[in-house]
Amino acid sequence: MSFKIVVLAKQVPDTRNVGKDAMKADGTVNRAALPAIYNPEDLNALEQALRLKSKIEGATVHILTMGPARAAEIIRESMYRGADGGYLLSGREFAGSDTLATSYALACAIRKIGKVDLILCGRQAIDGDTAQVGPQVAEKLGLPQITYAEEILDLSDNKITVKRRLERGVEVVRGSLPMVVTVDGSAPNCRTRHAKLTLKYKHAATPSERQESGSDYTNLYDAHPYLNITEWGVSDIEHDIQWLGLTGSPTKVKQIENVVFTAKESKRLTATDVEIEDLMKELIANHTIG
Amino acid sequence: MNNIFVYLEIEDGIVGDVSLELLTKGRSLAKQLNCKLEAVAAGYKLDGIGAQVFPFGVDVLHVADDKRLFPYTSLPHTSLLVNLFKEEKPQIALMGATSIGRDLGPRVSSALFSGLTADCTSLEIGTYEDKKAGKVYDNLLYQIRPAFGGNIVATIVNPDCRPQMATVREGVMKKEIKDAKFVGKTRKLEVAKYVADTDFVVEVIERHMEKSKLNIKGAPIIVSGGYGVGSADNFKLLHELAATLGGEVGASRAAVDAGFSEHARQIGQTGTTVRPKLYIACGISGQIQHIAGMQESAIIIAINNDPKAPINQIADYVITGTVEEVLPKMIKFYKKNSK
Repeated sequence: MSFKIVVLAKQVPDTRNVGKDAMKADGTVNRAALPAIYNPEDLNALEQALRLKSKIEGATVHILTMGPARAAEIIRESMYRGADGGYLLSGREFAGSDTLATSYALACAIRKIGKVDLILCGRQAIDGDTAQVGPQVAEKLGLPQITYAEEILDLSDNKITVKRRLERGVEVVRGSLPMVVTVDGSAPNCRTRHAKLTLKYKHAATPSERQESGSDYTNLYDAHPYLNITEWGVSDIEHDIQWLGLTGSPTKVKQIENVVFTAKESKRLTATDVEIEDLMKELIANHTIG
Repeated sequence: MNNIFVYLEIEDGIVGDVSLELLTKGRSLAKQLNCKLEAVAAGYKLDGIGAQVFPFGVDVLHVADDKRLFPYTSLPHTSLLVNLFKEEKPQIALMGATSIGRDLGPRVSSALFSGLTADCTSLEIGTYEDKKAGKVYDNLLYQIRPAFGGNIVATIVNPDCRPQMATVREGVMKKEIKDAKFVGKTRKLEVAKYVADTDFVVEVIERHMEKSKLNIKGAPIIVSGGYGVGSADNFKLLHELAATLGGEVGASRAAVDAGFSEHARQIGQTGTTVRPKLYIACGISGQIQHIAGMQESAIIIAINNDPKAPINQIADYVITGTVEEVLPKMIKFYKKNSK
């Protein structure tokens, strides 16, 4: 029996470690100065997928990502940790997509993949924090959704039981497959790379990457078909162009600004006893504390 | 037609603060746009909802009362809103950026092909010029939110699609009663007309909701720590100071990510927005995403090693020093001088 799991993942700029050169003088983001990483909650989703793979006979885990050519890095990274392969959706037609256009493109790619039993993804990506793509992909595919998953408790008889972590509590819900499940950051961290798998998949590449590298390893890829990472452009998926990229994005960015907060005139203090004591006295006197 | 709709979050028959805050904002937007404010209540045993929301100036309350609509599940509430919105054609739809609103909003926006902006920190009305198409749009909703980890603030508009949808976190907008005696119109919805039996595909087996033990939003004094605090152990000093002053402990996203503090304490764009009378920021550099959640504090004290930390710009008092050095002194001199 086969059981196909697709994990939606995204390569994101590491917005958590923004250095001083992250912003250009004109107030735009200097993407080159930010390292590209595997979106953290997508790794939580990958871990849930890999746990199911070890429990369900014949289960496979594939990554689907949309992004530039270098986004194939996260597919390889997933393979080092136990995924079977992946699909990269790439092309300038997808540029400028908001969450809705992104979801449409991903939904088209999932239809192309064929019969999928379970779609997992991180709750949200750290570059936008919107948490919209999971539910929107589900809606586009006409599938139900379970968001904020912390743990997949059971998967049997075509039903999935999930513990959800909500801001004010927990919930256990059950629904029939196929299903879209978005995984919360409170779920277990992803396992690290497996040494043997890392060796095995070291040369896994998309056709563009192979072309880019210039070296002729044709024999290698013919002998080891699992090293081929699937790469799809817009012509590979069945789509209606009006729902893709900028035209498929109902939200428009009117303005982006680097916020400068109105500076207050601050009192500068040092950590000496006298200055701290004076401060505490002042705060007590004006009834801020006490 | 073309009114402003707010989706109400209801737990145990009580409308959530986040929804009342959105009604307050919705009321002022409706006044600007000269349209009505409407609210949608979906759940079970909803007789008491009107009395809770009418004082906020709700002109029309749509009630979908059905046992199967509580607790919330995605598809039935989505169908209800999608079909209601197709009928009523709102120009703006607002919901909480909560685990319900962030589950429901994207699904509704996808079904209606209308744009949704998550976690807005400000909503305004204004014009937009599409230079390429040579069109000018009046009275659009400016959906303003920090983006890119809070390093920029973006103003988003949905020129062509309706409703213009936005989610807002609890505590970001102010909650204010408009008229305690005001009573709007109640419209009972025939649920079967909006929600199909096949929508009930996800079943809630267990549910444990707690009233949040922490009350960061309501705390008059907040001692908040960032990555610069250095360790979970050093956070104990913050708890000690907070306990001494009668306040709560908050944290920046970096401190929560590093495991120094729990997520429920996170202050900022992806956490809680607070307006205490005293905010003591310890080892917080001051990323915009954090400042957006605390800048309205009455008095801000920044304690930081780095005299050039961005947070110092908005602080009333800047103490250059380490947390280990400064906090014990604050505790000592508060105890010495109080009473």
